[in-house]
Amino acid sequence: MSKIHVTTIINGDMAEFLADPRETLLDCLRDHLGRTGSKEGCGTGDCGACSVTLDGVLVCSCLVLGVEVEGHRIETIEGMANGSELHPLQRKFIEHAALQCGFCTPGILVAAKALLERNPDPAEEEVRYWLAGNLCRCTGYTKIVDAVMDAAAEMRGAA
Amino acid sequence: MTIPPADHKRDNMRYHRPTTLEDAVSIAATASGLTRFLAGGTDVLVQMRSGMIIPDDLIDLKGIAGLREITTTAEGGWRIGVTISGAELGSHAGFRRDWPGVVEGMQLIGSTQVQGRATLTGNLCNGSPAADSVPGLVAAGATVEITGPNGAREMPVEEIPVGPGKTSLKTGEIISAITLPPRGDNGGDAYLRFIPRTEMDIAVVGCAVSLRVDGRTITEARVALGAVAPTVLLVREAADAIVGTTLDDDALAALAKAAAAACRPISDKRGTVEFRTDLAGVLARRTARIAYDRAIGVSK
Repeated sequence: MSKIHVTTIINGDMAEFLADPRETLLDCLRDHLGRTGSKEGCGTGDCGACSVTLDGVLVCSCLVLGVEVEGHRIETIEGMANGSELHPLQRKFIEHAALQCGFCTPGILVAAKALLERNPDPAEEEVRYWLAGNLCRCTGYTKIVDAVMDAAAEMRGAA
Repeated sequence: MTIPPADHKRDNMRYHRPTTLEDAVSIAATASGLTRFLAGGTDVLVQMRSGMIIPDDLIDLKGIAGLREITTTAEGGWRIGVTISGAELGSHAGFRRDWPGVVEGMQLIGSTQVQGRATLTGNLCNGSPAADSVPGLVAAGATVEITGPNGAREMPVEEIPVGPGKTSLKTGEIISAITLPPRGDNGGDAYLRFIPRTEMDIAVVGCAVSLRVDGRTITEARVALGAVAPTVLLVREAADAIVGTTLDDDALAALAKAAAAACRPISDKRGTVEFRTDLAGVLARRTARIAYDRAIGVSK
């Protein structure tokens, strides 16, 4: 079957690509749109490294087909910083050294941002449950959770 | 697992996005190869990736307007459209108040990311004996509305799975909605599963109980068990053990015995036959307590 033309909005800008109907949104972001911030860890929805939001809902882009996003709105890690100004979560991840190899970091940042938009003042347990689908094999999670809690506190103060 | 045939090229899957149920049924009924329906995709995409299932026709149901809603029925029950995600179900206050056990089961599936996509109907049609959302639906007495080439019909949820990965749906048939009966007064339901950690795992055993009380006495009950047989089981003997009681120690012991007696599990890496059988009794007692406390109004 020939490829399907897809029009979508990514990080506020209109984007178009041609997708084989088998390709996942993650494939399309990385291979057709040059947005390689979203990573493929497992490809089966277990690791969260490919996390993006689809119409504001946190999803694994490896569990969405590219052709499914026609007319929908995608937010990826590339839309998180405001130009050269890092998002508070990004800054706090650096401050707390909440990453080592960094492969899981884009997905965790996207997931944490989705949490704080929904709940600006989460308990530590809520952060841990919300991020249960984002696997990190380096850090042991403590610094990630600390960074998210600290970013949340700063964002509440700034608001 | 089957290896896809060599002539099955990656580019010959047809993707369909019908806008009416009739069109979806017609595509499915006339398709000659392997057909899959796409709602949340959290099972289908994984199966496609592993090469386990390479559909010739993939029919995306999310373009069909009537399948995206949670509505109340004329009788006071609920109709859940088949493309409603776990996150959408969980954020619906009215449904949650009526059927907390159904919501508990659905929301135990996967991560936050998976909850954004996964659906009740997908979990049911995937046919896993360990499906977390299915015991709650069975205990609730939920039915499915099936639309096919010969019209629509209703079936109890427990009659859909017939074995691991297999359903009783015929070619061209689509589940168009799941219907929950009216909760009514003095009712409560609950779902518990056992896993060796706190999140992101497959049930070793799952148990759902729905019951109604008159004062302190149970007047009706349904008990369902997951992961202890080729399909989710509705265990009438377990319900009979607690109807007419105030869920005292004798009733709980009889419930546990009946639940364990119904088990026909396998031994695998998650648990042995003996462990699963024992666990079914333990979970039945705990789940019944939660449902009972909800029914008599001491908890939510």
